[in-house]
Amino acid sequence: MKRFISSALAHGLGWQLIGTLLGAGLITGIRALMGLSVTDRFFFTEPAWVLGGFIGAISFLFGSGVTSDWMKWARGIDTPEHHEDHHSGWEKYVNVSLDHKVIGIQYTIVALALISIGGLFALIFRTELAASQLQFLTTDMKLFGQNGPQLYNTLMSLHGMIMIVSILLGISGIINYVVPLLLGAQDMAFPRLNAFSFWIAVPGAVLLLSSLFLGGFDTGWTGYPPLSARAPVGMQMFFLGVFVAGWSSILGALNVIVTVLRMRAKGMTAMRMPIFVWAAIATSLIALTATQFIGLSFQLVMFQRLFGMGFFDPAKGGNPVLFQHLFWFYSHPAVYVFILPGLGVISELLPVFVRKPLFGYRWIAMSSLGIALVGFVVWAHHMFTSGMNEYLRVPFMYSTLLVAIPTGVKFFSWVATIWNGKITTPTPMLFVLGGIVVFLMGGLSGPPNAIVSTDLHLHDTYFIVGHFHDTIFGGFVFPFFAALYYWFPKATGRRMNETLGKLHFWLMTPAFFVLTFGMMYIGLLGMRRRIVDYDPALGIDSTHLVLTIAGYLIGLSVVIFIYNFFNSIKNGEKAEGNVWNSRSPEWQVPSPMPVHNYDQPFEVISEPYDYGLEGGSPYVKFSEPESGKHQ
Amino acid sequence: MRHFVIVGILVIVMAVLTYVGLDAAGFATQMNPVAASAQAQTIDSMWHWEIIAMSFLFALIVAPMAYSLVVFRKRKGDNTDAQHIEGNTALEIGWTVGPLILVVVFAYMGAYSLGEIRRVDPEAVVIKVKAQQFSWTFEYPEYGVVSNELHLPANKQVLLKMESADVIHSFWVPEFRVKQDVVPGRVTEYRITPTLIGSYKVRCAELCGTSHAYMEGAIVVSEEADYDTWIAEQIAIAAAAQTPEGKGQLLTVSKGCVGCHSIDGSPLTGPTWFGLFGSDVKLADGSTITADEAFISQSILDPNATIVEGFPSPSVMPPYVLTEEEIANIIAYLKTLK
Repeated sequence: MKRFISSALAHGLGWQLIGTLLGAGLITGIRALMGLSVTDRFFFTEPAWVLGGFIGAISFLFGSGVTSDWMKWARGIDTPEHHEDHHSGWEKYVNVSLDHKVIGIQYTIVALALISIGGLFALIFRTELAASQLQFLTTDMKLFGQNGPQLYNTLMSLHGMIMIVSILLGISGIINYVVPLLLGAQDMAFPRLNAFSFWIAVPGAVLLLSSLFLGGFDTGWTGYPPLSARAPVGMQMFFLGVFVAGWSSILGALNVIVTVLRMRAKGMTAMRMPIFVWAAIATSLIALTATQFIGLSFQLVMFQRLFGMGFFDPAKGGNPVLFQHLFWFYSHPAVYVFILPGLGVISELLPVFVRKPLFGYRWIAMSSLGIALVGFVVWAHHMFTSGMNEYLRVPFMYSTLLVAIPTGVKFFSWVATIWNGKITTPTPMLFVLGGIVVFLMGGLSGPPNAIVSTDLHLHDTYFIVGHFHDTIFGGFVFPFFAALYYWFPKATGRRMNETLGKLHFWLMTPAFFVLTFGMMYIGLLGMRRRIVDYDPALGIDSTHLVLTIAGYLIGLSVVIFIYNFFNSIKNGEKAEGNVWNSRSPEWQVPSPMPVHNYDQPFEVISEPYDYGLEGGSPYVKFSEPESGKHQ
Repeated sequence: MRHFVIVGILVIVMAVLTYVGLDAAGFATQMNPVAASAQAQTIDSMWHWEIIAMSFLFALIVAPMAYSLVVFRKRKGDNTDAQHIEGNTALEIGWTVGPLILVVVFAYMGAYSLGEIRRVDPEAVVIKVKAQQFSWTFEYPEYGVVSNELHLPANKQVLLKMESADVIHSFWVPEFRVKQDVVPGRVTEYRITPTLIGSYKVRCAELCGTSHAYMEGAIVVSEEADYDTWIAEQIAIAAAAQTPEGKGQLLTVSKGCVGCHSIDGSPLTGPTWFGLFGSDVKLADGSTITADEAFISQSILDPNATIVEGFPSPSVMPPYVLTEEEIANIIAYLKTLK
C-alpha cells in the first residue's frame, strides 16, 4: 500500500483532485465577486466544473512526473538518455517508465480495466432490456441524481465512449509493445512523448467516468446538439474526457509514424516490413490527422454551453447538422483506426499457424492504406436520414461501397493463405479465425447500410448495433485477444493456460454470434437504438432475454480470460524460447524480452514470411558480438 | 484440382443453404415488419438483392476456410512447413476487379431505388408534423385540423413537412420503412404512399432525452372515404371547440403537452392532469401547494419554479411561451378533468 501511495499513478490522481478543486474554486471565487450564483445542483457551477476538470487533468500530468524531464531541460538541466527502471514487479507499471514495452503493458492493462467497466455497464442495461417495461431502472429509483431511464441513457452513452477509449488504448498497447521489436529498434522514436501519450489517457478516463456522478448525460456517445447543449453537467465532463484522451491518440500516432520511418533495422525496406507495421502506419495516419475533429466538435458544443456561442443553435443562426459533419469526419475514420491494427494482427499471425507465406503481401499492405484513404470520404453515410442535402446521399453511397474492395482483398488473401497450409489451432489461432468470420459478418452486414434506400429502414435500429459490434469484435476484440495470447510469452516468459484460453474462445464466440444475429433480427422488426424500454407489441421480449443471456456468457468468458491473464504471469508454464516457431525477429531471442531489446542489432536478409522455402534463409541475421564493445 | 472442385460445390451449397435459411426466417425476400407503403416494396426488393449477394459472399469465404481447417490440418509428427506460395497477381487482380464490378452494379441499383422512393407526386396531400419532447402533433393545414393521431388515405402520396420544437427527433414507421430526422431550425420532408390499410405507430428513432423510448404516435391508414369521414369529424370537433375549454384542449394537443401529462391519471413523464386543479400538490422540497391558477400558470412559463415530489429536478420540461389568454384557456380545460 505504501509503495502504491508513493507511485506516479497515486501522485497523479491526488494532484488531479487538488487541481480540480483549485480550478473550480477559482471560478467560484470570480463568480462570487461578480455577484453570480456560486453553487448549483452538483455543488460547483458548470463553468467551475469545466475549468476544474481541465486544470485537474493538467495537474495529473505534472503530479505524476511524466513531464519532469522536459521541465528539467527547460531549466537547462541534462537528464540521461535512458532511465534505468528502479522499480520491479507491479510497481514498474504504476510509475512513469520510458521503456516502450512497459508502456505497452500499461496501455493494455488500462484498456482491459476500461473494457471491464464498459462491459459491466453493458450488462447492467442488458439486464434492464431482458423484458419490456421497466425492471429496475424505474422512474422511482434514484442514483447519482438520475432516475432509472436517465441512468440507462448515461450508462448506454458511457458504454460507447469507454469502449472506444479502451480500444484506442488497446491498439496503442499492442503497437507500442510490438512495433519497435518488429523493427529492431531499441525504443520508440520519442520515449518521453510515448510515456506522456499513455499518462494523459488516465486523467481523460477519470474525467469520462466522472460524468456518471455529475448528473450523467443522455445523448449517446455521439453527443448530438441540441440535446447535448441541454444535458446535465456530466455532458461537459464527457466532452472534456474525450478531448483529453484524444491527445493520447494524436501524439501516440505521431510517435509510431516517426519510429517506423526512422528506426527500421538495416535491410528492412518498405516491402520487407512485417505486415503489422503497415497496419500500424495506416492506423496512425488516420489517428494523427482526424482525431482533431472530434475534439473540435465537442469543444464547440462545450463553448456553446459555457459562453452562449450559437454554433449549433438554430435560434442563433447555428446549424445542428454541421456538428454531425464535423463529428463523423473523425468518427468514421476512427472505426478504421480500431480495426486496421486488428486486421494487421490477423495477417501477422496467420502465416505462423499455417506454416505458409502470407498470400499477396503487397496487396494486403496496400489494402490497409486503401481502407485508410477511402475512409476519409465516407463520413456522411452516418447521416442519410439527417436532413442534409439529399443529393449528397448518392456520392456518399458510392464512396462507402468502395470500402468493400480493399476489405475484400484482405479476406480473399487470408483464405488463400490458409488454403493448403499445415494448420494448427492453439488459442491465438482460434481467435484469429474467429476474428475473420466475425469481421466477415460485420463486413457483409455493412452494404445494406451503405445503400441509401435500405438504410432508411435500418438506420438507428438494432441492426446497426449488431453490424457495428460485429465489425469491432471481428476487427478489434478477437485479434486483440489473439495478440495477447500470442505475445504474452514474449512479455512474461510464460504462456497462458491453453485449456482456459480455449474455454474463453468457445464460450465467447457462439454467445457473440447469438448476440449480434439477435440484434440484427430485432432491429429489422422495429427495435430502435438507445431505448430503455420497447413496445411489447413488437413481439421481441423472448429474443431480448436470449440476448441478455448471451451478453452474460461473453462477460463470463472475459472474466475467465482476466483470471488466466493475471494468474499466468506467476504460474504459467515456462516458455522462454520460440514458442510459436515464428520467423519474426522478437522470437529469435529468449523471453522475457531484455530491457533494451536486442543485445545485437540485426539485419533483414530475406522476406518476413518465407515459410516452407527449401533451403531458404531466416528473415533476420543478428550481427556477431564484437569483443570488448559488448558487455 | 480435386480440392478446388469440392470447395466450388461447397460454396454453392452453402450459399443456397444460407439464402434458404434466411428465407425460412422471413428475411430474404423482404425486410420486416409487413410492408405498408409503395416505398417499402421498392426498398424490400433492393434488400432481396443484397441478401442474395451476402449469402454468396459469405459462402465464398467461409466454405474454403472451413474446408481448409478440416482437410489441411497439420498431421501428427509432421514438423515440416507447408508449400511455399507467395501469391498470385492474376488472382489478386481478379478479386479486386470482381468486387469492383459488383460494387458498380449495386451502386447503380441503390441510386435507382433511391430515385424510385423519392419520386414526387405533385398532387401529394400535405400534412404538417411537429415533433417535441416527447410527442408528435399533426396538422392538416387545408382543414385547420390538429390531432395527435396521423390519419392517412391509402394509395395517395402524402408529403409530411416536419419541424421540431426542441431537439432532433426522427420520424420512423417501421411498416413504411422510410425514416427521416426532424431537425430544429429547418423543415424536413417525408414522402410516403401508404398502401396497406391498418394501424401503425410512428416511433422516434433519434435519441431525444429521458422519455425517448415512449415517443410514439398512432397512425391510421384507411380508405379514402373513411379518411374523409375522419377529417369531417375533426372539423366538427374543432368548430365545437370555440369555448375556452375546447381551445385549451386543442392547445394541449398542438403544443404536445399530453405527450408527458396524462388526462386519465396514468403515470407518464410528468404529473397527471386528472383531478389536478384545486388539489393539494406535494412538492419535492416537502411543502404543499394548492394547484390554483397562479401555480399552473407559473409551472407552464417556468417549469423549474416548483418541482412536484417524485419528479426529476431540474425539470425535463422546456419553458413554454404562451399568452395570458392561452394559459387561461388551458386552465379552463384542466378544470374539466375530474
